[in-house]
Amino acid sequence: MPPRDPDMQAGSLFEGHTLACRRGELTLFEDLSFALDPGQALFVVGPNGSGKTSLLRIAAGLALPHAGCLFWGGQKIRAAASQFRSRILYVGHTLAQKEELTVLENLTHTLAVDAVHLPASTLLRVLESVGLKERRHLPTRYLSLGQKRRLSLARMLLAGRRLWFLDEPASGLDAKGVEFLESTLTAHLGRGGMAILTSHQLLRVAGAVQTLQL
Amino acid sequence: MSSLFRYASPVAFYPLAGRLVPWFSGLALLFAIGGLYLGLIVAPPDWQQGETYRILFIHVPSAWMSMFIYFVMAGYAVLTLTLQTRLSALMMQALAPTGALFAALALATGAFWGKPTWGAWWVWDARTTSTLLLLFLYLGYLALQNAFEDVRRADRAGALLVLVGTINLPVIYFSVRWWNTLHQGASISLTAAPSMARIMVTSMLLMSLAAWAYTIAVVLSRVRGKILWRERSSQWVLELLRDGRSDGVDS
Amino acid sequence: MNPTLSTSSDTPKRDAFERASEQVCEAAQANMAAACRLILTSELRMALRNRTDVAQPLIFFIVVGSLFPLGLGDGTSRLTALAPGLLWVCALLSVLLSLPQIYARDAANGTLEQLVLSPYPLAALCGGKIMAHWLLTGVPLALLAPLLGIAFGLDFDSGALLAVTLLLGTPILSMIGAIGAALTLGARAGSVLVALLVLPLYVPVLVFGSGAVEAWRAGVAFGGPLLLLGAGILFGVVLAPLATAAAVRIAIE
Repeated sequence: MPPRDPDMQAGSLFEGHTLACRRGELTLFEDLSFALDPGQALFVVGPNGSGKTSLLRIAAGLALPHAGCLFWGGQKIRAAASQFRSRILYVGHTLAQKEELTVLENLTHTLAVDAVHLPASTLLRVLESVGLKERRHLPTRYLSLGQKRRLSLARMLLAGRRLWFLDEPASGLDAKGVEFLESTLTAHLGRGGMAILTSHQLLRVAGAVQTLQL
Repeated sequence: MSSLFRYASPVAFYPLAGRLVPWFSGLALLFAIGGLYLGLIVAPPDWQQGETYRILFIHVPSAWMSMFIYFVMAGYAVLTLTLQTRLSALMMQALAPTGALFAALALATGAFWGKPTWGAWWVWDARTTSTLLLLFLYLGYLALQNAFEDVRRADRAGALLVLVGTINLPVIYFSVRWWNTLHQGASISLTAAPSMARIMVTSMLLMSLAAWAYTIAVVLSRVRGKILWRERSSQWVLELLRDGRSDGVDS
Repeated sequence: MNPTLSTSSDTPKRDAFERASEQVCEAAQANMAAACRLILTSELRMALRNRTDVAQPLIFFIVVGSLFPLGLGDGTSRLTALAPGLLWVCALLSVLLSLPQIYARDAANGTLEQLVLSPYPLAALCGGKIMAHWLLTGVPLALLAPLLGIAFGLDFDSGALLAVTLLLGTPILSMIGAIGAALTLGARAGSVLVALLVLPLYVPVLVFGSGAVEAWRAGVAFGGPLLLLGAGILFGVVLAPLATAAAVRIAIE
């Protein structure tokens, strides 16, 4: 077992240390740190353009920070990046759905890229729970934004990833959809999952919730 | 050795570059005067080519420098992609215009030499074509640098492009050489350089050194401008502008 | 030896999440073939759904190729003499036209990010994309060229050799083109820029490709350039996916 970084005392599972991000000559944030343990969620809040999405992307490993680094279990992430990627799931503004593919095809493809292979019956069961089973052969270009978000939720439920990165997951959802999102998040945290999300609206999630203000 | 690494930071490099520029400019001037004097006045006319060969004193160093600069850029590209140092990316950007200039100069002087020697302004031999494509590679790199809002992305994309180009450059050369043997046969040896007397070699060497010193002077001075622009919102630059000094903060 | 990520001491070591992640790691780690296959089938399926997009470069090839007899006059002997080179240039330009398509859609709908975050090696996923591009663009061009060559008065044997050189050359064009397309993703005037970047690098492929046909017609040895193209493919298969993956990571930021 590789030795833990001696500077970390009983550290959290997922940590960011002194992260900094610049856009051109504008410093969005610097010296930003966070720590997350299983069962905890981190809400990143702030006005538009404050760097919420940038922070999310840096934490997920899509972008490099100008300064600082990220740790998983006390170890720097860069050293074992593919193992980190097998533990996370990222849903950005654009929902990573190909509009020419049907609901079922999109779900299968996204899970395949996540290297998750599940029997069709499991997929159908989850699609039913999000209310998309009847529409599973419809190309996603014909879905409403709310329905696309529910497809995204189906993926989150099936991928079996501990850490979720969600960028504005409630945008475009009606009240019922928001409720479903909140209950999904609560259940996820209850199972020992973690989530980092940006959200303009207040989400009621039961569990240990931290807020980071940018 | 660690004191040398200090200069990898733009803050420390800026004043160092400023101190070096006048020295290399002076050297460039001296070498150029020496080389041109020997080449244009002292060296005798070539028995075969008369006076026209003298343009080679500019053509050969230009061609050589245009290639050499590209390989130096490739070195900085490796540094940019592996160590993510800002200064190496700025050096690449500072080198590119000078490299393009030398490539264009080599092509132009080559044409002026070619007309009386081969009877044509332009021939598609391996060296000319490779230099032309090298010029395109430089221009492509400069175009790529200007195409992005995000400077870090421009730096790294440009570095990757330079590395891909470096691998391609020898391939381009050999492919055109083969193409020449196919189309014109091996009878015309277009790459034969005139055999040169010792004084011509000396002046060629002096001109090469002049081109080299000029490149260093120009690139260092250009990179200073790029450092100021890139770091324009940082403390040391603001202090510099406020104090009205142009020699950099002594750290 | 990949360093394993340890979880902090207070989590249950092997809960459902850990088991799932371990399974994923096993399936994905260094599994190049599965990654390639996955992308290949996906791209081919997308091509079936977007037939016009795939057909456009091929139609362009035919249209541009037809311009030459009109521009040069119908002196067929002149046209026939120029045919291999002209057809190669047309093929090159058609490939150039198809390059932005490799990543544009995926970048727009967010699936490119998912590829970067996939546990599969990104180089393998990019390799799958390059292979798909070649199958959808390079191979059809290689098959169309002799047909267009008939309009140029090209005889059967030359046409067959032209097809072979295109089959050997277009993989290299796809590989270099994919790097260029990734580098210029989202850049201003991207499609013109990619042409400026990629065309100088295409020159050796053009020279060897059309040169092989010229050599055969001139009666000299033509095996050399074909072997060089083959060597180029081998070289590219190793390096291009890595370079493309690096370019995609830079673009995604």
